[in-house]
Amino acid sequence: MADLSAQVQEPFDLVRLSLSERVFVKLKGERSLVGVLHAYDGHMNMIMSDVEETILLVEPEEEVNGAGTVQTVKRQLEMLFVRGDSVILVSPGAR
Amino acid sequence: MLIFSVFKTLTDQVVTVELKNDLCITGTLKSVDQFLNIRLDKISVVDPERYPHMMAVKNCFIRGSVVRYVQIPATAVDTQLLEDATRREHASTHKR
Repeated sequence: MADLSAQVQEPFDLVRLSLSERVFVKLKGERSLVGVLHAYDGHMNMIMSDVEETILLVEPEEEVNGAGTVQTVKRQLEMLFVRGDSVILVSPGAR
Repeated sequence: MLIFSVFKTLTDQVVTVELKNDLCITGTLKSVDQFLNIRLDKISVVDPERYPHMMAVKNCFIRGSVVRYVQIPATAVDTQLLEDATRREHASTHKR
Protein backbone atom coordinates (compact mmCIF):
# COMPACT_ATOMS: atom_id res chain seq x y z
CA MET A 1 0.00 0.00 0.00
CA ALA A 2 2.94 2.33 0.75
CA ASP A 3 4.38 2.00 -2.76
CA LEU A 4 0.89 2.56 -4.19
CA SER A 5 0.63 5.93 -2.49
CA ALA A 6 4.07 6.80 -3.89
CA GLN A 7 2.74 6.17 -7.40
CA VAL A 8 -0.37 8.24 -6.80
CA GLN A 9 0.59 11.89 -7.04
CA GLU A 10 -2.69 13.28 -8.28
CA PRO A 11 -6.25 11.97 -8.15
CA PHE A 12 -6.33 10.75 -11.75
CA ASP A 13 -3.26 8.54 -11.11
CA LEU A 14 -5.48 6.34 -8.96
CA VAL A 15 -7.91 5.93 -11.84
CA ARG A 16 -5.04 5.21 -14.27
CA LEU A 17 -3.75 2.44 -12.04
CA SER A 18 -7.23 0.89 -12.15
CA LEU A 19 -7.16 0.40 -15.93
CA SER A 20 -8.04 -3.19 -16.82
CA GLU A 21 -9.03 -3.76 -13.18
CA ARG A 22 -12.46 -4.15 -11.64
CA VAL A 23 -13.69 -0.85 -10.26
CA PHE A 24 -16.69 0.35 -8.33
CA VAL A 25 -18.32 3.49 -9.71
CA LYS A 26 -20.97 5.43 -7.82
CA LEU A 27 -23.28 7.46 -10.03
CA LYS A 28 -25.97 10.07 -9.56
CA GLY A 29 -29.51 8.81 -9.12
CA GLU A 30 -28.74 5.99 -6.63
CA ARG A 31 -26.93 3.94 -9.26
CA SER A 32 -23.66 2.09 -9.02
CA LEU A 33 -21.57 0.02 -11.39
CA VAL A 34 -18.98 -2.70 -10.90
CA GLY A 35 -16.96 -3.52 -13.99
CA VAL A 36 -13.59 -3.62 -15.71
CA LEU A 37 -12.29 -0.17 -16.60
CA HIS A 38 -10.84 0.13 -20.11
CA ALA A 39 -10.78 3.85 -20.87
CA TYR A 40 -11.47 7.22 -19.28
CA ASP A 41 -10.82 10.88 -20.00
CA GLY A 42 -10.58 14.11 -18.05
CA HIS A 43 -14.38 14.41 -17.83
CA MET A 44 -14.48 10.96 -16.21
CA ASN A 45 -16.25 9.61 -19.25
CA MET A 46 -15.48 5.91 -19.01
CA ILE A 47 -15.69 2.72 -21.01
CA MET A 48 -16.20 -0.40 -18.95
CA SER A 49 -16.89 -4.04 -19.73
CA ASP A 50 -18.57 -6.89 -17.90
CA VAL A 51 -20.60 -4.39 -15.92
CA GLU A 52 -23.13 -5.06 -13.19
CA GLU A 53 -25.37 -2.08 -12.58
CA THR A 54 -27.23 -1.76 -9.30
CA ILE A 55 -30.10 0.69 -9.04
CA LEU A 56 -31.46 1.54 -5.62
CA LEU A 57 -35.17 2.26 -5.69
CA VAL A 58 -36.15 4.09 -2.52
CA GLU A 59 -39.87 4.39 -2.02
CA PRO A 60 -40.95 6.61 0.84
CA GLU A 61 -43.68 4.83 2.77
CA GLU A 62 -46.72 6.53 4.29
CA GLU A 63 -45.75 8.80 7.19
CA VAL A 64 -47.37 6.69 9.94
CA ASN A 65 -44.64 4.08 10.31
CA GLY A 66 -41.97 6.29 8.82
CA ALA A 67 -39.98 3.47 7.22
CA GLY A 68 -39.51 3.54 3.48
CA THR A 69 -38.79 0.49 1.36
CA VAL A 70 -35.51 0.04 -0.46
CA GLN A 71 -35.46 -2.21 -3.48
CA THR A 72 -32.43 -2.99 -5.60
CA VAL A 73 -32.53 -3.79 -9.30
CA LYS A 74 -29.47 -5.35 -10.93
CA ARG A 75 -28.61 -5.83 -14.57
CA GLN A 76 -25.63 -7.01 -16.60
CA LEU A 77 -24.14 -5.07 -19.50
CA GLU A 78 -21.25 -6.38 -21.58
CA MET A 79 -19.68 -3.11 -22.79
CA LEU A 80 -20.72 0.30 -21.59
CA PHE A 81 -19.81 3.93 -22.11
CA VAL A 82 -20.61 6.03 -19.03
CA ARG A 83 -20.88 9.80 -19.38
CA GLY A 84 -18.66 11.54 -16.84
CA ASP A 85 -21.19 14.06 -15.56
CA SER A 86 -23.13 11.33 -13.71
CA VAL A 87 -20.03 10.00 -11.94
CA ILE A 88 -19.70 10.66 -8.20
CA LEU A 89 -16.74 8.42 -7.32
CA VAL A 90 -14.49 5.69 -8.68
CA SER A 91 -13.00 3.15 -6.30
CA PRO A 92 -10.37 0.60 -7.34
CA GLY A 93 -10.43 -3.08 -6.58
CA ALA A 94 -14.13 -3.76 -6.15
CA ARG A 95 -14.48 -7.35 -4.87
CA MET B 1 -10.78 13.44 -27.52
CA LEU B 2 -10.04 9.78 -26.83
CA ILE B 3 -13.67 8.85 -26.27
CA PHE B 4 -14.65 10.88 -29.35
CA SER B 5 -12.21 8.78 -31.41
CA VAL B 6 -13.66 5.59 -29.96
CA PHE B 7 -17.18 6.65 -30.96
CA LYS B 8 -15.98 7.49 -34.46
CA THR B 9 -14.77 3.91 -34.84
CA LEU B 10 -18.22 2.74 -33.70
CA THR B 11 -20.15 4.40 -36.54
CA ASP B 12 -22.56 2.03 -38.31
CA GLN B 13 -22.70 -0.21 -35.23
CA VAL B 14 -25.97 -0.83 -33.44
CA VAL B 15 -25.87 0.80 -29.99
CA THR B 16 -28.35 1.42 -27.18
CA VAL B 17 -28.30 4.91 -25.74
CA GLU B 18 -29.76 5.34 -22.25
CA LEU B 19 -30.76 8.90 -21.47
CA LYS B 20 -30.85 10.57 -18.07
CA ASN B 21 -34.67 10.42 -18.16
CA ASP B 22 -34.38 6.57 -18.39
CA LEU B 23 -35.46 6.45 -22.05
CA CYS B 24 -33.47 3.75 -23.88
CA ILE B 25 -33.08 4.08 -27.65
CA THR B 26 -31.50 1.42 -29.84
CA GLY B 27 -30.31 2.40 -33.29
CA THR B 28 -27.48 2.54 -35.78
CA LEU B 29 -24.83 5.09 -34.81
CA LYS B 30 -24.54 7.39 -37.80
CA SER B 31 -22.31 10.14 -36.47
CA VAL B 32 -20.85 11.71 -33.37
CA ASP B 33 -19.16 15.04 -32.64
CA GLN B 34 -16.73 16.43 -30.06
CA PHE B 35 -19.55 17.05 -27.53
CA LEU B 36 -20.53 13.40 -27.94
CA ASN B 37 -23.79 14.46 -29.52
CA ILE B 38 -25.04 11.35 -31.29
CA ARG B 39 -27.06 10.78 -34.44
CA LEU B 40 -29.00 7.52 -34.57
CA ASP B 41 -30.81 5.95 -37.52
CA LYS B 42 -33.45 3.20 -37.61
CA ILE B 43 -34.25 3.74 -33.96
CA SER B 44 -36.50 1.73 -31.69
CA VAL B 45 -37.40 2.48 -28.10
CA VAL B 46 -36.63 -0.36 -25.69
CA ASP B 47 -39.90 0.09 -23.74
CA PRO B 48 -42.48 1.29 -26.32
CA GLU B 49 -45.41 0.76 -23.89
CA ARG B 50 -43.99 3.46 -21.67
CA TYR B 51 -42.96 5.82 -24.46
CA PRO B 52 -45.62 5.43 -27.19
CA HIS B 53 -45.01 8.96 -28.48
CA MET B 54 -41.58 7.82 -29.74
CA MET B 55 -43.08 5.23 -32.12
CA ALA B 56 -43.16 7.52 -35.13
CA VAL B 57 -39.57 8.63 -34.69
CA LYS B 58 -37.24 6.86 -37.12
CA ASN B 59 -34.02 8.75 -36.61
CA CYS B 60 -32.79 11.29 -34.12
CA PHE B 61 -30.08 13.56 -32.86
CA ILE B 62 -29.28 13.20 -29.16
CA ARG B 63 -27.61 16.02 -27.26
CA GLY B 64 -24.50 14.61 -25.58
CA SER B 65 -25.29 16.06 -22.18
CA VAL B 66 -28.52 14.07 -21.76
CA VAL B 67 -26.82 10.71 -22.24
CA ARG B 68 -26.25 8.50 -19.21
CA TYR B 69 -24.89 5.35 -20.88
CA VAL B 70 -24.20 4.01 -24.32
CA GLN B 71 -24.26 0.22 -24.53
CA ILE B 72 -21.86 -0.82 -27.26
CA PRO B 73 -21.22 -4.23 -28.83
CA ALA B 74 -18.27 -5.82 -26.98
CA THR B 75 -16.91 -7.21 -30.23
CA ALA B 76 -16.56 -3.71 -31.69
CA VAL B 77 -13.85 -2.54 -29.30
CA ASP B 78 -10.28 -3.65 -28.67
CA THR B 79 -9.90 -3.24 -24.91
CA GLN B 80 -6.09 -3.50 -24.97
CA LEU B 81 -5.95 -0.70 -27.53
CA LEU B 82 -8.29 1.41 -25.37
CA GLU B 83 -6.13 0.98 -22.27
CA ASP B 84 -2.93 1.89 -24.12
CA ALA B 85 -4.58 4.94 -25.68
CA THR B 86 -5.90 6.01 -22.27
CA ARG B 87 -2.41 5.72 -20.72
CA ARG B 88 -0.97 7.75 -23.57
CA GLU B 89 -3.60 10.47 -23.20
CA HIS B 90 -3.11 10.51 -19.44
CA ALA B 91 0.65 10.93 -19.91
CA SER B 92 0.21 13.80 -22.38
CA THR B 93 -2.33 15.75 -20.31
CA HIS B 94 -1.04 15.14 -16.80
CA LYS B 95 2.71 15.41 -17.26
CA ARG B 96 3.43 19.12 -17.43
